[in-house]
Amino acid sequence: MPGTLKTTGILSKDELMESPGMPTKERMEEGPIAIIECIQEIPCDPCVEACRHNAIEIGEDITCLPRLIEEKCTGCGICIADCPGQAIFVVDLNYSPEGSILMIPYEFFPLPTVDSTVMALDREGKVVGEAKVLKVSNPKKNDTTPVISLLVPKDLILDIRNISF
Amino acid sequence: MRIETHPILGKRGRKRRVVIEFDGEMIEAEEGEPIAAALMAVGISVFYYTKKNGDPRGLFCAIGRCSDCSMIVDGIPNTRTCVTPVRAGMKIETQHGIGEWKLNQ
Amino acid sequence: MSAAIAAAKSGVEAVVLDENERPGGQLFKQIHKFFGSREHGAGTRGMDIGRQLLEDAEKFKVEVWSNAVVWGIFGGPQLGINYQQKVSKLEAKKVLLATGAYENSLAFAGWTLPGVMGAGAAQTMINIHRVLPGRRVLMVGAGNVGLIIAYQILQAGAQVLAVVEALPYIGGYGVHASKLRKCGVPILTNHTIKEAVGEDRVERAVVAEVDSNLKIKAGTEKSLDVDTIHMAVGLTPMAELAWLAGCQFSHIPELGGQVPLHDEDMLTTVDGIYVAGDLTGIEEAHTATEEGKLAGIAVSESLGYLGNQEALLLKQEVRADLKALRKGPFGEKRRKAKAKIIEERKSICRGP
Repeated sequence: MPGTLKTTGILSKDELMESPGMPTKERMEEGPIAIIECIQEIPCDPCVEACRHNAIEIGEDITCLPRLIEEKCTGCGICIADCPGQAIFVVDLNYSPEGSILMIPYEFFPLPTVDSTVMALDREGKVVGEAKVLKVSNPKKNDTTPVISLLVPKDLILDIRNISF
Repeated sequence: MRIETHPILGKRGRKRRVVIEFDGEMIEAEEGEPIAAALMAVGISVFYYTKKNGDPRGLFCAIGRCSDCSMIVDGIPNTRTCVTPVRAGMKIETQHGIGEWKLNQ
Repeated sequence: MSAAIAAAKSGVEAVVLDENERPGGQLFKQIHKFFGSREHGAGTRGMDIGRQLLEDAEKFKVEVWSNAVVWGIFGGPQLGINYQQKVSKLEAKKVLLATGAYENSLAFAGWTLPGVMGAGAAQTMINIHRVLPGRRVLMVGAGNVGLIIAYQILQAGAQVLAVVEALPYIGGYGVHASKLRKCGVPILTNHTIKEAVGEDRVERAVVAEVDSNLKIKAGTEKSLDVDTIHMAVGLTPMAELAWLAGCQFSHIPELGGQVPLHDEDMLTTVDGIYVAGDLTGIEEAHTATEEGKLAGIAVSESLGYLGNQEALLLKQEVRADLKALRKGPFGEKRRKAKAKIIEERKSICRGP
């Protein structure tokens, strides 16, 4: 669809692909990896310190966009809860023949139950399929930003960003 | 409509309930909350009617600046209900125009 | 708060007067995680930053007078106050005004109906008092305030049917907009609210498209089934006390209108009167607390509690942080406007 983040509130495919927070296709095939969907220059850097593997780089000027160092990223997902913009996701493309894993931040109530099936929503909030809830993580250090691990269809990994049930 | 559970703020804390009177009806409120919140919680949105045209007015700024939430409280008109906490037995009335002083003593 | 804490740290006797039940300004309503640098509280929820300030105030023996209304300010400086049912005057060596801002409104047909209120008002009701103003909401304005509060309304359990924005683009951060879009909330750019319809409260809203001159295009009206309309159309500095004190002002639209002039130490054109926060120009929480800190350090220095060298080092650290917060495309306008304030202040107060 036409439009950019600035005009619609939705990241265009180009904006996503050109972002320094986007891993390469090859790396995505290898295993769990973060996707940092942060493309506007805002003074902000909690993600850098959140990462235990030094896989996120911003530099002196914290207005610069976060850069994902994919060789160092293990896809652990700790950074997801720390991003004030809720712009970080983790994907495991080739998790299983049944689908890929997608980890999303989810600050709503109620939380879904593990093993339940929920509706998968795209960036516009439209239902594009179903997802299975594999894990709901809400440790104290997340400061009330639960992270949900979902089993989703592989071809929708870059589209699904929310759930409803 | 009270928000019982909230994803960030958690469960609503147990606060002492008090009973206040609104236009003759008894309403349960939480001790210390602003009158406007207690009324909003039970769906009341009209706080007064203007003098000139009798237009309904309700909460607007919620921080005591605009006076659209003015009501007669314990006989005193033009009380800003968004910054006035409830007390047990408080009498609140919808104000019409600039209100009348209805002191009890 | 941060000014008082900074001053108290140097040994100054600091008192905070706030007309509310507790100080902290807008912080306790901000339940979202803040942006900015990690070392200055980014990633922490606004309400927790507020709690920390209250704790620090106690730790450094800052006196806090709540439910204290400052109704006047006189030479001295002296404050006219209403506190604990008494009207009195309070003398101070230095005064810092950090009175914040008030919400703007948009006048449209039906705007006085109950159910039409400021976005900040909604935030107060849902996050502080935990009461929903309505179930089906229209948000007017896609700046950060509108976007953040629309999201918080969803978190509180109500629906947001749309956000309308008169400009052709979203003024707030894209990430805030994305959070709303993926919940199915449409953001209608080039749209504004035309009318609120209802008997005793809002029953529906009429929105319409606008042209490049922000005029409504006839025939584009759409009816939305909402019971509440929130306006997030900007803030204006709450500058009454600064006016009363005789401070020189300048009209700077990018900062919200009339703002009191100040120098690099946050000192106004009136001896002994400092300003900080949204009063000096609409920005955000971090810049407000940093400006407060700067003013606190400057006051300590001016009263002799901090040596010039020590004060300079502390001030430079804060100024560097302010500079970092005003970088990037979102901060550019503010940075330039703030520089303008200091320039204008310099040009007025030349002389011995």
